Amino acid sequence: MVPLSWYLIFAALLFSIGLFGVLSRRNAVAILLGIELMLNAVNINLAAFWRYGDVLQMAGQVFAIIVFAVAAAEVAVGLALVISVYRRRNTVVADEIDMMKW
Amino acid sequence: MTTETLIWLIPLPPVLAFFLIVLFTNRSKSLSHTIAVGAAFLSWLGSMIVFVRALGVEHLGEHPFESSVNWLPTGDTWFKIGVLVDPLTAAVLFFVAWTVLMIFLYSVGYHNFGQPAGDHDHKGLPPHGATLEEHGHKHVVPSVEPMYSRFFAFIGLFAFGMYVLVLSDNLLTLFVGWEIMGLCSYLLIGFWYAKESARDAAVKAFMTTRVGDVFMLLGIAYLYYATGTLSFRQIFTEQILHTLATVPSGFLGFSAAGLIGLLLFIGTIGKSAQFPLHVWLPDAMEGPTPVSAMIHAATMVSAGVYAVIRMFPLLSLDPKTMTIVAFIGAFTALFAATIAVAQNDIKRVLAYSTISQLGFMIAALGIGAYVAAVFHLITHAFFKALLFLGSGSVIHGMEHGVLHTGNHDVDPQNMFNMGGLRTKMPITFWTFLIGGFALSGFPIITAGFWSKDEILADAFGNGHIAVFITLAIAAFLTAFYTMRQITLTFFGEPRTKEAEHAQETPWTMTAPLVILSVFAVAYGWVGIPEHFPLLGGLVPNWLHEFVGSTLAELPETIAFNWIPLLTSLVVALGGLYLGWVTYRNVNLPAEDRLQIPLLKNKYYFDEIYDRLFVKPAYWFAENVVYKFMDQGVIDGILHIFGPLTNGFGAFIRNYFDLPVINRFFGDGSADVTYWFGGKLRAVQTGRIQQYLMFALVIFITIGAVLYFFLLA
Repeated sequence: MVPLSWYLIFAALLFSIGLFGVLSRRNAVAILLGIELMLNAVNINLAAFWRYGDVLQMAGQVFAIIVFAVAAAEVAVGLALVISVYRRRNTVVADEIDMMKW
Repeated sequence: MTTETLIWLIPLPPVLAFFLIVLFTNRSKSLSHTIAVGAAFLSWLGSMIVFVRALGVEHLGEHPFESSVNWLPTGDTWFKIGVLVDPLTAAVLFFVAWTVLMIFLYSVGYHNFGQPAGDHDHKGLPPHGATLEEHGHKHVVPSVEPMYSRFFAFIGLFAFGMYVLVLSDNLLTLFVGWEIMGLCSYLLIGFWYAKESARDAAVKAFMTTRVGDVFMLLGIAYLYYATGTLSFRQIFTEQILHTLATVPSGFLGFSAAGLIGLLLFIGTIGKSAQFPLHVWLPDAMEGPTPVSAMIHAATMVSAGVYAVIRMFPLLSLDPKTMTIVAFIGAFTALFAATIAVAQNDIKRVLAYSTISQLGFMIAALGIGAYVAAVFHLITHAFFKALLFLGSGSVIHGMEHGVLHTGNHDVDPQNMFNMGGLRTKMPITFWTFLIGGFALSGFPIITAGFWSKDEILADAFGNGHIAVFITLAIAAFLTAFYTMRQITLTFFGEPRTKEAEHAQETPWTMTAPLVILSVFAVAYGWVGIPEHFPLLGGLVPNWLHEFVGSTLAELPETIAFNWIPLLTSLVVALGGLYLGWVTYRNVNLPAEDRLQIPLLKNKYYFDEIYDRLFVKPAYWFAENVVYKFMDQGVIDGILHIFGPLTNGFGAFIRNYFDLPVINRFFGDGSADVTYWFGGKLRAVQTGRIQQYLMFALVIFITIGAVLYFFLLA
């Protein structure tokens, strides 16, 4: 069987890619995509720990499912915000949406 | 209802009336007097029931009605207060209830109830009359008292005080009632407070009686210290009396009983206006006449005598105290009678007469004539209330004349402005005549004769010849000035227009006069000595048996002797005749040869006291207390402390508050925060990715640090 560390390295890579996307992309939709990647990296961790730990304890799987549900809701809200910002300011570039400063 | 419960309830109606009138019905004159008179009636009814029941008890002296409750915890025991009706209380309660009710009723008429409001009356002054227009012409009628309700509230409170005093079974509540009456006396003498003379008289009465009251309180405190109780029934046990009589007080050789008795007696000197504290009573005539009748003739001044009569078993233990009491009483009786001869104000004559008659009672007590003192106390309350109310009626009638003529310079109280009122005011005349004859001791028919005769007989029979002679002269003067008063007021021709237009007063004033005159005559019949020629034994000497039973041993009746009887006949009839002969044709004060300046000015006692006490007190207040103590010492010290603290305050302000607190802590912290804010605000770029970048950097830094320190 593939050892646990492989899963963890994979998940860490996926998380870093997602974080890089969040920090570097200008498009707000792409930032949201990056967040999705980070969340799913976490899910991989959860599933892996469940599988290599006590299989009868269902907490890891259940937690992963809850994360899916929350991520779906979060994306829905995030996209709605992006659309709203686009309608008002005609842009989805994150650096241009900077009204909340001194 | 048991008799004890009823006794507890007797004082309550008047005090309830006081609060009701003060709090609620102040604006309604008719409601106020209804409540007050109704309350007086209830108390009267209760008193009469108690009196009748007391008559039905055999040996009431040994088994009186009594009831007490715990009041103040004193260590392990309680100080008890309660009510007590023994024969003495019952007899006093009888006249108090009657006179109070009569005076309440009289006040309704006296304050012109039902008359219109005055044209220019204002509060604190007697009413000046109102103009009415009838059938096209104007005439002036008496106007209603502006502070009508207030008057009834005060006399209600006063009646409460008197009932409390009479029904108390201990000296402390007796003293409470005593002081309530003192307060009411002050309030009522100063009832017309806008008059300066009334204000002065009120203060004078209050201050003078206060002198006596302080000593009385000392006596009460000493008694409590010596015996541990103030209840009459407990003090008057043989054991305690014996102890008090044998323990020396360490003051001029008095026994404890003697000193306590003397201190309590000084309270009476103040309250009953005996020499040398008599000066307040004549001035107290500034109050409305019902007040003079109630407070300064029938009840309050009687309360002073009642207190010493009550304490008689204690007083009689020390012969020295008794001598002082007898001396003060006899001296006052004569002294006040001589002043009364030269007074022209109808009420002042009666005031001095009251002082003199109270002196009779005190003297009687001083020679041990217990029953005679009680007897004279009761008859005097009836006939003196009658005389005062009668004089009020006369003044009222004269005021009517004054309003008719409109000449306000005529003093309606001066007897030389009167004359011939006999036909104008027949009811007032006849009742005043009865009262006057009772005061003079007109033989056989009047109550005053029997009580005064008994005092004289006791004085003579017990060998107190000096007291006997003094009192006989005083009795002669009494008859003389009473006849002078009656002659000047009622006989002859009217000396002024005002007297010609005097009018009889309404029924609310005359009805009490008639009722009281019945007592002024009939009350004497209950105390006719058994050995009196012809009349003795026809009616049993009820008073002697009844009141005498208050004491542990029934006092002996004095054997009959012709000398005191003839003396009292001669002085009464002689005084009356001489008064009539002398003043029959006197029309002007100048024709009155007894207007000696010394008597007219009351032996200059007011002036002497003014020099001795009032002026020095003012001088002391002005120079020592005000200028030296207050301005010099107190203000001087304050003037040191003031600048000192002021300077210290300025120092603290300039060198601590302003630089340290304000600049450093206050402004400093604000400045630092402001400066930091200014520097840090550049961080707030509003760019989401920069914020995340900061977060990441800080997270990694902290993680690295923690890793380095905790795990490595």
